[in-house]
Amino acid sequence: MSYQWNWGVFLQPSASGDDTYLGWMLAGFKMTIGLSLTAWVLALLLGALIGVLRTVPNRALAGFATGYVELFRNIPLLVQLFIWYFVLPELLPESLGNLYKQSNPLLQQFLASMICLALFTSARVAEQVRAGINSLPKGQKNAGLALGFTLPQTYRFVLLPMAFRLVVPPLTSEFLNIFKNSAVCSTIGLLELAAQGRQLVDYTAQPYESFIAVTLAYLLINVTVMFLMHRFERRIVVPGYIGGK
Amino acid sequence: MIQISNVSKHYGAFQVLTDCTTSVSKGEVIVVCGPSGSGKSTLIKCVNGLEPFQSGEIIVNGTSVGDPKTNLSKLRAHVGMVFQNFELFPHMSITENLTIAQTKVLGRGKEEAMDKGLKLLDRVGLKAHAHKFPGQLSGGQQQRVAIARALAMDPICMLFDEPTSALDPEMVNEVLDVMTELAREGMTMMCVTHEMGFAKRVANRVIFMDQGRIVEDDSKEAFFANPRSERAQQFLAKILHH
Ligand SMILES: Nc1ncnc2c1ncn2[C@@H]1O[C@H](COP(=O)(O)OP(=O)(O)O)[C@@H](O)[C@H]1O
Ligand SMILES: [Mg+2]
Repeated sequence: MSYQWNWGVFLQPSASGDDTYLGWMLAGFKMTIGLSLTAWVLALLLGALIGVLRTVPNRALAGFATGYVELFRNIPLLVQLFIWYFVLPELLPESLGNLYKQSNPLLQQFLASMICLALFTSARVAEQVRAGINSLPKGQKNAGLALGFTLPQTYRFVLLPMAFRLVVPPLTSEFLNIFKNSAVCSTIGLLELAAQGRQLVDYTAQPYESFIAVTLAYLLINVTVMFLMHRFERRIVVPGYIGGK
Repeated sequence: MIQISNVSKHYGAFQVLTDCTTSVSKGEVIVVCGPSGSGKSTLIKCVNGLEPFQSGEIIVNGTSVGDPKTNLSKLRAHVGMVFQNFELFPHMSITENLTIAQTKVLGRGKEEAMDKGLKLLDRVGLKAHAHKFPGQLSGGQQQRVAIARALAMDPICMLFDEPTSALDPEMVNEVLDVMTELAREGMTMMCVTHEMGFAKRVANRVIFMDQGRIVEDDSKEAFFANPRSERAQQFLAKILHH
């Protein structure tokens, strides 16, 4: 046990010379947040749409949505990432494929990562949204339709506002997951938080400091997300509503 | 106003409605009763197209409900419906519940819709509760709001599906009073209910259903004086004992 603790390592100029190691960590932190937030917004929109489609009377649409969910939920995230990054560009029409391959490699990594995380998470969001809609009393839909709302209006004004309130807690955990899952993107070379941590170990030989810093950064994200979501949950509480039926 | 001709409906092999025929004229009040599972809810939901049916025809105010070309939303906007479990929208205040369909479906202005909503809320005796949410009202109050919400659409007729069966006994009358007043004002009404006192007071006709069939369809005098079928006699004996 002769480990040499050196917290000062973060302030040393980095190997690339133009930055400190703290700067590397911050860059990774920003990348993780930027990637996860953009993927989350996409996942929410897509997931809401697919989740709604799973509950509509139209068999073809509902079947398509079920297929979508099964596809993206059942293939391991890492495999999906490799498919988006390595395989898909080869399958694109040649002109489009070349355009993609000639673009900035950082952009390629970011795009593949974002699409991958967004679609993977959207399938999980869709399942929550579907469960939320199905847990509403069946009479609510009839009440909306009976007032003359069209089916889309019934979803928009009657079903979704309540369904979303019900699924905020499970969506919070999906929101947390997307930050954790984003670490997988280091495998295709994207320099997010976990990747920067590993790079730091390689360059400074201070693994404890590096990974403690990485851990604290993830913890900070976690705590912030939970805090914001709890506040959001309290803001959308329906007066007098006691869950369930 | 409502013409139901030879309507049949089945879920797979299970026959819910068999050859149902009846009608409700303008200003008439008919009460539909019968044992649980006899198809009363299904029949009344067929009238505004909430349930599809396989054969027969239903004409509401000249429009065929079963015709695929019919714009059902447009038809439903003018056919009021009141449900057993109220089905107010829990995330909207009482005033929003009363105005949202007026503005989004009928295209009325916010102020006009609010005026109308508040007037009807006053009429059902709940003006003081305008800014509350459904979860903050009792069952009887929620059901009166639900009736006001349907009336706000200026319906040509009203459908009631057991509007008092989810209520505590002491709240039944406040809802029946509103319905009675509505009937006396000449509203066309089709009411699934077991409240025979209400039927005796305001119904023109009483329909008795059993196993998906309309077994009796009589003037209320004839129905209560002398129900023809044995099933109806048994049923009446049972519920009038309470
Ligand atoms: N979606 C459905 N699938 C299969 N059977 C149904 C469905 N809805 C209702 N039923 C059956 O249809 C019958 C009539 O139901 P309903 O119209 O609700 O009766 P009531 O209102 O007279 O109690 C019942 O036996 C019920 O079990
Ligand atoms: Mg019923």
